[in-house]
Amino acid sequence: MPNAAPTLRLEGVAKSFGPVAALRSGTLVVRAGSIHALVGENGAGKSTLVKIVGGVHRRDAGIVELDGEPVDFAGPAEAKAAGVAVIHQEPASFPDLTVTENIFLGREPLGRFRRIDRRAMREGARDLFRELGVDLDPDRPAEGLSIADQQIVEIAKAISLDARLLVMDEPTAALSAVEVRRLFAVARGLRDAGRAVVFISHRLDEVADLCDTVTVMRDGEHVSTDTVTDVTPDELVRRMVGRDVAELYPKMPSTPGEVALRVEGLESTGTFHDVSFEVRAGEIVGLAGLVGAGRSEIARAVFGIDRYDAGRVAVGGRTLRPGDPAAAIAAGLALVPEDRRLQGLVTESSVARNVSAVARKRLARLGILLPDVEARLARDWSGRLAVKAGALDALATTMSGGNQQKVVLAKWLATGPKVLMVDEPTRGIDVGTKAEVHRLLSTLAAEGLAVLMISSELPEVLGMADRVLVVREGRIVSELSRAEATPEAVMRAATPGAARSDTATEGAA
Amino acid sequence: MRNVLRRREAGIALALLVVIGVTTAVQPGFLLSAGGWRDLLLTPAILVVLAVGQAVVVITRNVDLSVGSVLGLTAYLTGRLFMAAPDLPIIVVALVAVAAGALLGLINGSIVAFARVPALVITLGTLYVYRGVTLTWAGSDRIDAGDMPRTFLGLGTRQVLGIPVLTIVAAIVLVAVGYYMYTSRGGRQLYAIGSDPDAAALQGLPVRRRLLWAFALNGALAGLAGVMFAARYGTVSSGAGTGMELQVVGAVVVGGVAIFGGSGTVAGAALGAMLLLTINRALPVVGIPDFWQRAVVGALIIGAIALDRVLANRRSRRLAAARDAAPPGAPPGAPPGSVPPGAGPDDREEATA
Amino acid sequence: MRTHARPWWQRALLTREMLTILILVVAWIVASAVVQGFDGPLTITYLVLDVAPVLLIALPMTLIIATGEIDLSVASVVGLSSVTFGLLYQAGLGLWAALLVSVLLGAVCGAVNGALVAYAGLPSLAVTIGSLALYRGLAVGLLGTTAVTGFPGSWTDGATENLGESPYPVITLGLLALIAVFAVLLHATPFGRNVLDIGRSSEAARFSGVDVKRTLLILFVLSGAVSALAGVYYTLRYGSARGDNATGMELQVVAAVLLGGVSIFGGRGAIHGVVAGVLLIGVLGSALRLEGVTVNVINIVIGTALVVSVVAPRIAGGLRVRRRSAVGQRT
Repeated sequence: MPNAAPTLRLEGVAKSFGPVAALRSGTLVVRAGSIHALVGENGAGKSTLVKIVGGVHRRDAGIVELDGEPVDFAGPAEAKAAGVAVIHQEPASFPDLTVTENIFLGREPLGRFRRIDRRAMREGARDLFRELGVDLDPDRPAEGLSIADQQIVEIAKAISLDARLLVMDEPTAALSAVEVRRLFAVARGLRDAGRAVVFISHRLDEVADLCDTVTVMRDGEHVSTDTVTDVTPDELVRRMVGRDVAELYPKMPSTPGEVALRVEGLESTGTFHDVSFEVRAGEIVGLAGLVGAGRSEIARAVFGIDRYDAGRVAVGGRTLRPGDPAAAIAAGLALVPEDRRLQGLVTESSVARNVSAVARKRLARLGILLPDVEARLARDWSGRLAVKAGALDALATTMSGGNQQKVVLAKWLATGPKVLMVDEPTRGIDVGTKAEVHRLLSTLAAEGLAVLMISSELPEVLGMADRVLVVREGRIVSELSRAEATPEAVMRAATPGAARSDTATEGAA
Repeated sequence: MRNVLRRREAGIALALLVVIGVTTAVQPGFLLSAGGWRDLLLTPAILVVLAVGQAVVVITRNVDLSVGSVLGLTAYLTGRLFMAAPDLPIIVVALVAVAAGALLGLINGSIVAFARVPALVITLGTLYVYRGVTLTWAGSDRIDAGDMPRTFLGLGTRQVLGIPVLTIVAAIVLVAVGYYMYTSRGGRQLYAIGSDPDAAALQGLPVRRRLLWAFALNGALAGLAGVMFAARYGTVSSGAGTGMELQVVGAVVVGGVAIFGGSGTVAGAALGAMLLLTINRALPVVGIPDFWQRAVVGALIIGAIALDRVLANRRSRRLAAARDAAPPGAPPGAPPGSVPPGAGPDDREEATA
Repeated sequence: MRTHARPWWQRALLTREMLTILILVVAWIVASAVVQGFDGPLTITYLVLDVAPVLLIALPMTLIIATGEIDLSVASVVGLSSVTFGLLYQAGLGLWAALLVSVLLGAVCGAVNGALVAYAGLPSLAVTIGSLALYRGLAVGLLGTTAVTGFPGSWTDGATENLGESPYPVITLGLLALIAVFAVLLHATPFGRNVLDIGRSSEAARFSGVDVKRTLLILFVLSGAVSALAGVYYTLRYGSARGDNATGMELQVVAAVLLGGVSIFGGRGAIHGVVAGVLLIGVLGSALRLEGVTVNVINIVIGTALVVSVVAPRIAGGLRVRRRSAVGQRT
């Protein structure tokens, strides 16, 4: 029925956080009985759009309609009540409650005297897990679940809502091949039952496999909407990036020098096992893998944020004391962490204080630190990296993601590191700045810096890395040279249970 | 059965039995006399009621330090009501005091929930404000036994079937609140809020309403404790309940309610209250001057939260090790890459679509 | 790029701290005009003597709250140090030695708090509520309800006498010196920057190589030592060492620090604001006392001030945010 109102219609939806426009003009039309893909690079505004649909954020402008009725959710509860189920990118579970309680929280089946019917609830959870084909104890606490299992719980929760619109924000980023297939089966079931599904993924093969319509977003704006069969993956990538791919990944050739970082037999119970690798001066090594595979955890342990149970880390031949970031910094290690706003920056501090945060000890004279010394260092480095800010005392929280990332990079480059580890270096930043960051990394490597790059964006890893290490379930399972590193090879190595996978991977760019 | 014994509550009950056993061995009258048995049950009654209310608040990852002052104010209010209207039925007076307590709790809760500021600081402030109100109202006046009806005072000491009335009241409160926390949606949401407040908001739980309700309930129970205090001791000065917040918080954390919220039970808090006061009464018996009581309370609080941390660390290590044993994605028994039964048809359907 | 977005006078005057200072000045002027005998030299002397312990403890407390933690055990450390000082004196130890041992004991008390908070990772609120009871319990346990008196006049006078003919007590010099030390520590050293960073985002500070645990330990040790020093002063000032000395003083300290513009969530605060906050509470207290108002009412005032000083910035902040999003709504 092409004339019926679509289940979900967004037009010109905008949302800003302070001066940062996360979504400029979100437009999306999803019809009942269809699975609609929403694709775009990190920072294209997909997650913000999802959060507006799910009632987490309130839009600044634009139209949102459900089945033709205009809606304006004041909170997630209202969205839920209106029949919208959302699987958010970061699962938010309650560690102290059981898995079952997490799924049914707030809508537990009631027995006599409005008493929670625990037996019915547990049966409900069992049924959901059976449908999803997973073996999860419904009575265990949510604490200590792996990311993949947390994601399963989120999915079970969303399905149990029996909503008219199901939005899934990168639900497969942490899942094994088997689980992905199960999830797709469930999504198709919902589609055939006349529900609408929005599916966000980085993996274009999944989009081709599952969805019927695809909408591309870039820099917070709608770019195009097509039937999946009408558009090639290469064309999708071109639209997502908005420019020539070579321009976005300006990798310069470089000759690897001495070993700068050596990691031997690193071991952490429940997180990663027997991790050994080295990074040479002048080399960019990519660390690829699924979300939750343990890549960030390895970087954190190497840097000394987390302790490890066994193994050794050496920078420039010097063994580092475990669990001591200050020692790692002194040896020439730098880490641009995964979560910029929580770990990379003190967002409530000024640009000047952030840039000088690591170097400040060195800047003090007789123990006294003067503001103009800080300002001089900050002006120097923010100039070199072309940071755009009103003034040096502007708070980092008022800056765009791209400029924030430049501040983080400036902070670490000001320490003169030998080894730079970057975790998701371009997550949530605009395409222009993205190219700038890539050019910077490439230049630094050419000048002899050793770079370890963690990224969930396959094109970024393949475009930038001289060598790719693939992490699966906490182990380095494969090492690929730049020539060998095709999307298929990386995904095959990264996905548990994909050894004889028959899913199409050719679509990934 | 093993699970029951493993629970934190079982450990506290055991500690309680040990304390009673040791003290009784030193002085048999501690338990094996009419007065000893009565004191054992009666002394903790008021603190149990306070601890049950506080546990509800602490489970939401908050705290209410003003309960001692609320108790003082409502105890004094109880006495003044009897003085003003001696013919008022006891139940009416009690309800007024409980309502007054609920109102004071609601004030705390509104400030915490609406201004989203730490409950610790707010209730530290209202601790002094509420106490100041009592002090100003009472001045150097005191409510004496003669000011209150004899039937009311009788409740403080009377026993039914060998169990003091106040203990029965405390037990009813414990069962009612415990039932609510375990079997109702609202109760489970309180746990969820304490477990992760941000996730609770993201889930669309009515966080604000639940917090208001938790603080009001706690205030109401503190009001009830005030009535019990008046009945039990017969005299109420403006300083009644001073410093009690420490004992209450102590009882709650000793009883295994995590100060970070989200876990613990009201039964544990009640056991913690009994343990704390029984130790206090046992100290002089075993020859330690009661000046040291406060130090013991402090050491118990610190010991209890340290113990909880140790247990939590061990649990998270165990869970991490369990992750290694059963990697995600592969259901036990299924060889890697195999397609579980039932997945096939959908895949075929997709292949032709 | 410009170093500052606003001219210097705006940066200096339009601050939360200046608001407290302004209120202090107004309170002083009003009290001088309205309250009989407020402006006299004796009032100033007593004001300084009375606020001295609170002021001392407020200095390290500022840094602790700036990291987002809290130390509620300070008043109990005052009591414990008072008892220790008294007992050691009674036992025949020299007063300097007694002072040194008391302050060391305070540092140990602080180290226990700090180790539990920083290294065991326990919440400072719960730990210091426990040690509030523990340290007070030790003080009361050691001395019971008795008191040690009879300290030599040279020492008790030293705690109260004035600088020459001025209305300012000798201890003013010591207070000013400590204020200066803490101001430099917080505002002009890498350590102070780390303290504020921890308060704003302890996670980000850790990722910048700040040793968060050691920093917290140092702060709690400082807090314990300074509280113990305040305990010795308190003992000499009133000539009596008692287990219940300074009961409840933690409230005044926390209230003063928050009134002085330090955020209870950590990350912002300045020493000059805190000094103004302490003085504000002192001025209100002595003015009300001179007016014959009872200590109960003063406690109501302090308690209310504490609540207001925490809630007011949240409401103001909330209004600002709402105004901003309302602007966004229109565009």
